[in-house]
Amino acid sequence: MQSLEDIKAKIKDALPGLDCVIGWERGWSPLHGTPLFMRSPEDVDRLTWGPFNVGNPATYLTGFKGKKVGVVVKGCDSRSVVQLLQEKLVKREDVVVFGMPCEGVVDLTKVARKVGDIALVNAAVRAGGTLSVTTPEGMVEIPWEEVAADKCLSCQYPNALVSDHFAGEPLPPAMGRDPAAEQLAALEAMAPAELFAHWAKVMERCIRCYACRNACPMCVCRDHCIAQTRDPHWLTQEDSTREKLMFQMIHALHLAGRCTECGECQRSCPVDIPILALRRKLNAVVKDLFDYQAGVDPQAVPPLFTFQVEEAKINERGW
Amino acid sequence: MPVLAGKELRIVGFLCNWCSYGGADTAGVGRFTQPTDLRIIRVPCSGRIDPLFIVKALLGGADGVLVSGCHPRDCHYASGNFYARRRLEVLKGMLPILGIEPGRFEYTWVSASEGQRWQHVVTTFTNQIHALGPTPVKDVLGACQGLPSLKGGDRAVA
Ligand code: SF4
Ligand code: SF4
Repeated sequence: MQSLEDIKAKIKDALPGLDCVIGWERGWSPLHGTPLFMRSPEDVDRLTWGPFNVGNPATYLTGFKGKKVGVVVKGCDSRSVVQLLQEKLVKREDVVVFGMPCEGVVDLTKVARKVGDIALVNAAVRAGGTLSVTTPEGMVEIPWEEVAADKCLSCQYPNALVSDHFAGEPLPPAMGRDPAAEQLAALEAMAPAELFAHWAKVMERCIRCYACRNACPMCVCRDHCIAQTRDPHWLTQEDSTREKLMFQMIHALHLAGRCTECGECQRSCPVDIPILALRRKLNAVVKDLFDYQAGVDPQAVPPLFTFQVEEAKINERGW
Repeated sequence: MPVLAGKELRIVGFLCNWCSYGGADTAGVGRFTQPTDLRIIRVPCSGRIDPLFIVKALLGGADGVLVSGCHPRDCHYASGNFYARRRLEVLKGMLPILGIEPGRFEYTWVSASEGQRWQHVVTTFTNQIHALGPTPVKDVLGACQGLPSLKGGDRAVA
């Protein structure tokens, strides 16, 4: 792939001035891309690009505070970078962004539903509209729409929104279905008590591993997360649905007006809890009230960082 | 058994020190009749109210939560209530996706001299909560067990 070679050359050029460049390499199976921290030209040769570059490398940026780093991004990842810049959590001069047009990434849960144990897969190739997966039983060809991550089907930003180096021809926005919106609509159609019971039921299986938090590029408090402080004690260590639900609300509300809908929280959940719907709803509320979308404009101020004396769309005395 | 058992619901009120707490006090001093379901928590400013306080109260089994601060442009700290207004409005919009009726949470502004307005607010809100009935949260999650003490470690007896 020519553009991959181009970007590798650009990374090698930039590497001497950087602490490292974050990207992806092949993981433990042909379906898994894993984070790659490039520090030498040999590392750069391992860089991959394509449907298995699932994770969001922007998550690591705040961990490199005070250092100069590079990051290779898909369109959705670039929104996280933009949001981090907006909040001054990373400095523009400290990060070099490498971008390429993204044609979508796989959802491994969907692949597993088609081929069974994905640990047994020994080859996986995407060609156009088909993902061919080879297992000991033979090859399965799956239409791309059936295994792509939900967010990719209707992706509005397939090209990096900020980049210092861009290789390849920019792609148009995807025009497919939006399964996450359909799911949200289905939840919103439920009666309140029934919906609450639904959340309690799905959160019951949460193991409080905090992977959803750790994978989130905008969760930056790290060692100071209120979910784990003892003083004040927001959450007990009790294994109760109430605490799990409370944790989920902490994550969601701390992301109000900041979540870029990269979907990493839901993807990283080992027990597949559909928590993205909470964020989608919150984003819809923010969009509605403040006409704002996170991670799109590096100059914009996130809506909860500011206020207007007369709020156009808030009617606080209307009850 | 308390005399009001079954008749009263549990409403938590977060009132700012400078305006609404004074307003509630004025209503009390003026001997205005008020429903008794509300338990007041005094906070320094409506801007101090983390929306998660409200979520915590609702998940803990409160049937309703009321927040009241100084009128816009009248905040003791100049802008606390402006920030609060945005956060609280976002929370209100989000509660339905959790399965909690947005009417279980309201916020408003009452100044220290507005005893009458306080009476109106608290009566209207209490009626609204009674119309919604007891929260489904307790049915689903059970009653809230003992709360952890502020310093952690020792636990209140359930
Ligand atoms: S909350 Fe989830 S979707 Fe939003 S930025 Fe964090 S990981 Fe991405
Ligand atoms: S990733 Fe899933 S299981 Fe882990 S804490 Fe988050 S919701 Fe719970």
